[in-house]
Amino acid sequence: MSATTLTPTASATSDTAVDFAVRNLWKVFGADAQRIASDPSFTGHSAAEILEETGCVTAVRDISFDVAHGEVFVVMGLSGSGKSTLVRCLTRLIEPTSGQVMLEGQDIMKLGAKELREVRRRRVSMVFQHFGLLPFRNVLDNIAFGLEIRGIGTAARYERAREVIDLVGLHGYEERFPDQLSGGMQQRVGLARALASDPDVLLFDEPFSALDPLIRRDMQAEVIRLHRDMGKTMVFITHDLSEALKLGDRILIMRNGELVQIGTGDELVGAPADDYVADFVSDVDRTQVLTLRWVVAPVPEGLPTDGPGLPATTVIVDAIPTVLGSTVPVRVFDGDTLIGVVDRDAILREIMGVKPAAVRHGGASRAGARAGRVG
Amino acid sequence: MAVTDFRRQFAPRPPRQRSIPRGVYAIAVALLVWFVAWRMFNGVWTLPLQSAEVTPLHLWLNEVNAWVRDNRDSNVLFVLVFDSIRIGVGAVAALFAQLFVQTDVGLQLPEIGWLGVVALVTWVAAAVGNYRVAILTAVGFTAFGVLGVFTEAMWTFALTLTAVLFSVAIGLPLGIWAGVNKRVNGILTPILDFMQTLPSFVYLAPLALLFLIGPASAVIATIIYAVPPIIRLTAHGIRSVPATIAEAADSLGVSKRQRLMTVLLPLARNSMVVGLNQTVMAALAMVTIAALIAGPGLGQLVVQALQSLNVGRAFVAGFAIVVMAIVLDRVTTAASRRAELSARHSTPLRRRRRIIALGAGLLVVAAAVYLSRSVLAAARFPAEAAVGEALGARINDVSAGFQNTFSVFTASLKDGFTIRVINPFQGLLTATPFLVVMLVILVIAVTVGGIRAAVISTICLLLIIAVGLWEDAMITLASTLIATVITMALALAVGVIMGRSDRVDRWLRPGLDAAQTMPAFVYLVPFLGLFGPSRFTAIVAAIIYAAPVAIKIIAEGIAHVSAEAVEAAQSTGASPWQTISKVQIPLAASSITLAANQGLIYVLSMVVVGGLVGGGALGYAVVAGFSQNALFGKGLAAGVAIVLLGIMLDRITQAAVARRRRIVPVTRRVRDVTAPLPVTH
Amino acid sequence: MARTPLRRRYIAGVASVAAILLLATGCSSSLNTAAPAASGSAAKPCGTVNVAMNDWTGYTADAAVFSYVAEKKLGCTVKQSSINEQVAWQGFANGTVDVIIENWGHDDLAKTYIADQKVAVDAGPTGNVGQIGWYLPPWLAAAHPELLDWNNLNKYASQFATSESGAQGQLLDGDPSFVTNDAALVANLKLNFKVIYSGSETALIQAFRTAEKNKTWLIGYFYEPQWFISEVALKKVKLPAYTAGCDTDAAKVACDYPDYTLNKVMSAKLDKSGSPAAALVKKFNWTNDDQNLVAKYIATDKMSPEAAAQKWVDANATKVDAWLK
Ligand SMILES: Nc1ncnc2c1ncn2[C@@H]1O[C@H](COP(=O)(O)OP(=O)(O)O)[C@@H](O)[C@H]1O
Ligand SMILES: [Mg+2]
Repeated sequence: MSATTLTPTASATSDTAVDFAVRNLWKVFGADAQRIASDPSFTGHSAAEILEETGCVTAVRDISFDVAHGEVFVVMGLSGSGKSTLVRCLTRLIEPTSGQVMLEGQDIMKLGAKELREVRRRRVSMVFQHFGLLPFRNVLDNIAFGLEIRGIGTAARYERAREVIDLVGLHGYEERFPDQLSGGMQQRVGLARALASDPDVLLFDEPFSALDPLIRRDMQAEVIRLHRDMGKTMVFITHDLSEALKLGDRILIMRNGELVQIGTGDELVGAPADDYVADFVSDVDRTQVLTLRWVVAPVPEGLPTDGPGLPATTVIVDAIPTVLGSTVPVRVFDGDTLIGVVDRDAILREIMGVKPAAVRHGGASRAGARAGRVG
Repeated sequence: MAVTDFRRQFAPRPPRQRSIPRGVYAIAVALLVWFVAWRMFNGVWTLPLQSAEVTPLHLWLNEVNAWVRDNRDSNVLFVLVFDSIRIGVGAVAALFAQLFVQTDVGLQLPEIGWLGVVALVTWVAAAVGNYRVAILTAVGFTAFGVLGVFTEAMWTFALTLTAVLFSVAIGLPLGIWAGVNKRVNGILTPILDFMQTLPSFVYLAPLALLFLIGPASAVIATIIYAVPPIIRLTAHGIRSVPATIAEAADSLGVSKRQRLMTVLLPLARNSMVVGLNQTVMAALAMVTIAALIAGPGLGQLVVQALQSLNVGRAFVAGFAIVVMAIVLDRVTTAASRRAELSARHSTPLRRRRRIIALGAGLLVVAAAVYLSRSVLAAARFPAEAAVGEALGARINDVSAGFQNTFSVFTASLKDGFTIRVINPFQGLLTATPFLVVMLVILVIAVTVGGIRAAVISTICLLLIIAVGLWEDAMITLASTLIATVITMALALAVGVIMGRSDRVDRWLRPGLDAAQTMPAFVYLVPFLGLFGPSRFTAIVAAIIYAAPVAIKIIAEGIAHVSAEAVEAAQSTGASPWQTISKVQIPLAASSITLAANQGLIYVLSMVVVGGLVGGGALGYAVVAGFSQNALFGKGLAAGVAIVLLGIMLDRITQAAVARRRRIVPVTRRVRDVTAPLPVTH
Repeated sequence: MARTPLRRRYIAGVASVAAILLLATGCSSSLNTAAPAASGSAAKPCGTVNVAMNDWTGYTADAAVFSYVAEKKLGCTVKQSSINEQVAWQGFANGTVDVIIENWGHDDLAKTYIADQKVAVDAGPTGNVGQIGWYLPPWLAAAHPELLDWNNLNKYASQFATSESGAQGQLLDGDPSFVTNDAALVANLKLNFKVIYSGSETALIQAFRTAEKNKTWLIGYFYEPQWFISEVALKKVKLPAYTAGCDTDAAKVACDYPDYTLNKVMSAKLDKSGSPAAALVKKFNWTNDDQNLVAKYIATDKMSPEAAAQKWVDANATKVDAWLK
């Protein structure tokens, strides 16, 4: 079960170093961009209203988040919600209107053109939905392209490119041209090109959206494997919830340029910040995502202490054999602390998709975390 | 739901139903007013001007002309700018002329002899293209000798080469700049639009004033004419590099220079090569026309043939031009394809083999050059092998026989058409008070093209009045419109058949291509023989010149009507005629409008040429102004008037194209298809 | 990978082409350096002479004979280029034109280029006298002799009408570049005629030929010397007599054309060069009949100008020798 290999680190900020720290980021397209980003009088207005009034598109609106070192950070939202704009603002492929972007403590916004190029050449690489390969270069030259523009000699860059080719499973395709490859293979080239410069952070903008479902699954597995092997920080854009849940340590949900919720997969499913998120996650098989933490009941009086126990991070579906096989409620531990129990009823309720009042209530209680609703 | 969608898509479209009755109504009223005004005020306020009469503006232009002539040796601007440009261009032209045509000393043979020339160009064709085009080149260049026009053809070749060289040197950087900089593009586009609507004859006279006559000014005129395609298509190529690819490169940290060199230029290459190809073809066409300002080459032969009504000689020279056009076209096309293929399929072995072959070829070239410098037969194409004169004589015989047989028929055809169609329509335009004519034109402009088009039309018409050539402009407009209507009728008939049948297309296309490659003069000669000098002749020549473009555009439009729409019609049992009239033509409407636009522009660009064969009015004024000092100013004004008419007609029809396009989108942009092959004005 | 070697290959290619061409052109002495084959002996080498070629056959005849003599007797290289008669004058300024072998008047151009700019010189008369006017086909002149007086033209205007001229009579003119006052004449003489331009001398000739053959009505611009007059003896219409200065204002002309003493013009450069060609230009002189004969060889007998010139030169050795002394 892949989800277990990527069990989320629950907290928003952990002790580990932060790779990206984004604060109050805005991106407005149009003539009045600066004014809209700074003028509080627009605060109450929806993106659609602003568009109507000023003709400007508010693509990213006052967004803040951190990406921890080694984390897979997923940004998710419907098409047009500003995901691509957001990820491009991180390396200023799109110039943000205002806000702050820190990369490993360095202020990206203050970099000159040359330093910025250095960041793109060495520290942050990107993989694109439509691959962005150079059609007149073969696979090897495409992969070596980033090294070439860094001025690395032919022999050295081919050597490096060959290493990466093996890494992404393109062996034997070196001399092919992009239009001779399937979409999946092309995206492997895109991935290899991004990896070739050995960056600290990889950005993915819906890399698998254009691929067939089966190939998409392979590629997702590939990313998971690479992350496990190399431990690189990744910012991953997708509009596909299952992909987000599969890959993301944490997930940021966007709507109309605004941040709606940040959290681990089970946080989103277990405690959606609002109806938008709830709607988003409604089709998810909760047993596959939620951990026992979300279904624990208070410890009943006189529970025998020798019964079975499970860690709170166990996904429900993995807990089913234990719980159904036990005659008594199973105890759930967070580390060494007993936080509650799970019984057959609770499990069956989840399997059947019946939501207990407590969970819905839990969602409501988190309403403070909601971004202000617009409309 | 599905049914209504279907109907909305394929039944007569609602926007047309709404707009056409109103438009028809407005135009009908305008035409009625026009007719009544014509009957009532016949001959009043018609702003006439006799052919020898001039206005103060024309006289002032004459003075400018005289001033330039008198002061060009002392004026700093002329000595430093125009003369140095002329001398620089002339030096390059002279270099090529020496190599390919003749040296200034001794026997005046080409520096590398005719055999050397053929060997060299063949080698170049093999090196940049492939063996097939190399053979074509060898055959083509030898054919010039066989036709007895080797020297003239080499002049044309040398001047074309010079002009292309300069066009590329100017056009490539400009095109790149326009490609990467929106503002530059915004400034350049209207200038290029303007340059391309400008009939080439119009700027020959002012150019000769600035740069004098001769090969250098012929090249300069050619550069002006040939540079727009390469600028346009380079810029277009760069701008249409997919944003995803450019962005990916940015994400890797490319610098501006790297971005240009490693991403934009390679991706724009195909478009640039198409631009180069069009530039080459345009240059060839213009070098021919530049015979009028003493540009040497095949054009001179055509002009002489025109003046002596020698159909045979015109044909031989015209044929040589077509051969050169085909060779240049195929070689540039093959060059682009080869660059693409070699990047993909070259293996070290293949590459080495090719280099060896080319090296061996180079030795052959050297041998040929050596031979050319020591054996007279290899230096000067042996006159005994030339058959051009005999061929020309045969053609003259045939054409004379033809003329004798049909002269009664052609004369009555000409007279009938002139009396029934040209004279009444021209009368309507010229004998009605000018205000009424303006009003009618404006109503039509608003209805067909919209407010903007109408405003531009008003400005153009007012300027035509200001340059004092209203009546002439109306005569020219009458001929232009008649020629365009016939062109469109012809183009619709042929274009629909071509668009519907691949086989017909395959058969007709080479002929159409060749017709477009012929310099405009060449057509005139046989028609002049058949119909004598008259407006009718000018109209026929214009139709022949404009029809290929219009036919091609319509054929394209019909061929690109979605197969589904046609199948849908057929599945409901539509007859072929119903399919054509109810599905294909309506869906190709924007192509048809575009064809009308291009047809108009092409017809108008023949106006000046028409002036050489009795077309009269503006065309005559330009030609006369070009050759008679007393009419210089008037000729210049007439050139401006032609341009103004062109802008007016272009704007109206362009706006109509844009409107149609909103209804039925077509993939191609108007300006990018102006000339699939050279435009010979 | 593809880029660098490709570029290197092109550079290598271009370099080797250049090298081989240099080798081939440098090592072998070109035929060009050999002295041109000249039968005549000239003290000074003649060099190149650029002859402007105007559009009428008489001019072609003059130019053909001049070129033939210059090439064959003096060893000159003659370059001919077709240019309109007035445009050709511009060529004196930049060396494109050395000789205009038959010039019809053009006082304004003479002033600019000969008097003011001093880039050209008058090389004396050709011996031909030019006469421009309105002409009728012989049958018409015979059938209606009264038409030979311009005063009677209006009476018959409708007979001259064509589809081109509409209700008015047609007056057929030639090449737009020819000297003509016809439009002004028609207006100032209040004639009910319209000037229609045929576009070339050939077209004029064909029109007259057809009119004579089919006995159709035609009046048109024509001129002498012209070989065609010997084929079809066109009759000149009497216009109000020419008086000195009556044609000064082009718009107000109401008189006949003057007699033109045709002359030659050459570039100052050629004049000063001392080339034997310059002397030939000055001495070149012949009669209207001579010109008509050569013109007829070219136009009617379809001989090439060169062959026509050769035929005439061979038959008129004494005249030619006088030019070469
Ligand atoms: N260059 C631009 N100019 C104007 N609007 C833009 C531009 N790029 C994106 N947008 C708009 O910004 C919004 C967010 O776009 P995007 O970031 O591409 O969304 P997503 O990637 O989530 O689909 C959309 O409404 C889009 O139309
Ligand atoms: Mg996106």
